[in-house]
Amino acid sequence: MSNFSLIVLLLALMAIGYQLGMVRSRRVATVNPQQKMHSRPHHYGMMVGLWAVIPAFFILVLWTLLAPGVISSMVAAQLPAEALAAEGMNADVIMRRISNLAANFGVVAEAEQWELAAAAYMQQLKSSSALLLTGLMAAIAAAGLFFSYNRIQPELRARHQIERTVKTVLIICSTVAILTTIGIVLSMVGETIKFFSFIPPADFFFGTTWNPRFSTTGVSEGSLTGSQGSFGLLPLLSGTMLVAAIALLVAIPLGLMVAIYLAEYAPANFRATAKPIIEVLAGIPTIVYGFFALVTVGPFLADFGASIGLTIRATSALTAGVVMGIMIIPFISSLSDDIITQVPKALRDASLGLGATKSETVRKVVLPAALPGIVGAVLLAASRAIGETMIVVLAAGNSPTLTANPFEAVSTVTVTIVNQLTGDNDFASPQSLVAFALGLTLFVITLLLNVVALVIVRKYREQYE
Amino acid sequence: MNNPAKPRILTEQDVTLHGVTKADLAMTAIETNSSGKVKMTARDVKVFYGDNEAIHGVNLDVIENEVIAFIGPSGCGKSTFLRCLNRMNDTIDICRVTGSIKMDGRDIYDPTLDVVQLRAQVGMVFQKPNPFPKSIYENIAYGPRLHGLASRKSELDDVVESSLRRAGLWNEVKDRLDQPGTGLSGGQQQRLCIARSIAVSPDVILMDEPCSALDPIATSIIEELIDELKQNFTIVIVTHNMQQAARVSDRTAFFHLGDLIEIGATNEVFTNPKNKRTEDYITGRYG
Repeated sequence: MSNFSLIVLLLALMAIGYQLGMVRSRRVATVNPQQKMHSRPHHYGMMVGLWAVIPAFFILVLWTLLAPGVISSMVAAQLPAEALAAEGMNADVIMRRISNLAANFGVVAEAEQWELAAAAYMQQLKSSSALLLTGLMAAIAAAGLFFSYNRIQPELRARHQIERTVKTVLIICSTVAILTTIGIVLSMVGETIKFFSFIPPADFFFGTTWNPRFSTTGVSEGSLTGSQGSFGLLPLLSGTMLVAAIALLVAIPLGLMVAIYLAEYAPANFRATAKPIIEVLAGIPTIVYGFFALVTVGPFLADFGASIGLTIRATSALTAGVVMGIMIIPFISSLSDDIITQVPKALRDASLGLGATKSETVRKVVLPAALPGIVGAVLLAASRAIGETMIVVLAAGNSPTLTANPFEAVSTVTVTIVNQLTGDNDFASPQSLVAFALGLTLFVITLLLNVVALVIVRKYREQYE
Repeated sequence: MNNPAKPRILTEQDVTLHGVTKADLAMTAIETNSSGKVKMTARDVKVFYGDNEAIHGVNLDVIENEVIAFIGPSGCGKSTFLRCLNRMNDTIDICRVTGSIKMDGRDIYDPTLDVVQLRAQVGMVFQKPNPFPKSIYENIAYGPRLHGLASRKSELDDVVESSLRRAGLWNEVKDRLDQPGTGLSGGQQQRLCIARSIAVSPDVILMDEPCSALDPIATSIIEELIDELKQNFTIVIVTHNMQQAARVSDRTAFFHLGDLIEIGATNEVFTNPKNKRTEDYITGRYG
């Protein structure tokens, strides 16, 4: 039986256990009416359901993790030694061929007689394993069900058991999220350390040229210096900052005005419609923004530049920055709108009561009061802009030069990561490994921005609670 | 208005209390206060929230340099009516006001009148102290800056100092004018708000339950302050606290369910109410 059908069966069993538990708890309650049941019937039902399912589920998980290894080692032990020696092949490759045969996938070349025999053995092991698992699970589920079913007594604290189970499940879920983050960081740290064994960190962090000279082979001892390029971070970082700065220059004024209009001036029903529509901007896939930049905004800016005597490349920091600015408007407008609406009405009344106009009130009272929160919103948008990839891949021109001229093509950290990891570089070469160093740098920058933003936003929230 | 001439509250034909109409009472009230100059007049003021009529035609005069208290149970419309006097109800979309309210003979709901000017003339102190999250100095200087009342820094300093002095707060805060106003105690914050509204030199100050968030000591300080302020300002105060109304006001108006039931000299209203409902409320039978 497949794992999927086992899980469906478990869920069905849980429902049955739930009903049984409820019925039994009601009966226990009627048998000794003078004693009050500790928990409500559905608590007992849920307890029985969980007892039936959770131990069996653990068996399922363990079995699924361990069984394939056990089976293949059992098969490997059966293989004729002379056949292995004759093939002179890697044991892994042979095992892969056998499991492919067992699963009825085709293999290259004719299958040998002993291979077919091993495959048949494997098939047999697999089906008995599935049978064994089903039996074991059925036994454990039944045991759990009856054990908990018989324990239902007025003084049994089923509600507490349920609460503990819920808490444990929640803890497991959040642990998964945290462990994933830690795992991402660790994997990047490992590769980054490897990269720094080729290139000194100082050359990376303070180098002003980016020219990783794609080598055809990996780095061999002799040609180490010859095949290496320059891995200076600064041109990429400056490109990133330039594009992000342009994006923020576009997004902060627009987003803030939108937020002020929505929060202070717009009628309630207009706000209810307009806010989700603006938020759609954040949901458009960034590759679509990339097209938009490449096909529409870039040529427009180039033509416009030509008409006023400026040389603007169609793919430039400006193009990418403007389009990215449009993309992050909702980050700023939506968060700022929430924050502006949180400013107490009493402050507005005080200002209006002193004879201030609406715009004076917004400018002198509401915005200063909301400022910390707005700064937080801007920082969140900034970290989004720094990490953005697709728009810059398409629209920034991919030219890693150290420049502050927004009309020039630039390259960013994210674009370079894409460039270094795609293509057929040797994965152990510094040309590929540099992507991890870049990724880690980016991660640290955005993490810092996020932390600062969150601290500011939290501080602000406390102010009015 | 501390010592009005013995008021004649009602005419002879009105002595059967329950037959008295509110319009009669209002007119009576106006007659009895003919000794002072009328600052604001309200005639047949009705307030609607959407289709719901919250105030059903109130007639009332506010006399210059008096303290007039509005009392009544919650939801009786006294705060709503107060907010009509400086058009703060304009900020509520569904709120509509009919009838006429005049200040110094000028209709304040006249479309050509600038509401900003009106609110500079009719200041407001709110139920909960609401200082701006700025320094004490900036809180006071906010209004004068808006209206260009002080052209130089030294003038502004003077305005700030005199406003704080008149609100009885100067000695407590003179050494920390650059500290945030939100850091003061509740009572100090409320006096800061009073100083803030004084700073724009209004004629009338509206106070919407100014002491309801304060402890008894802070309350008594504010009450003393109101007594002093009445020499220069006309004060309209809404309060739930009947002792407070009796202590601070010259005249008292009793509102009930959107009607002005009775208005008269405070000692008359409290010792010899003309209306059964007023009497019931004052003696604590309901409300």
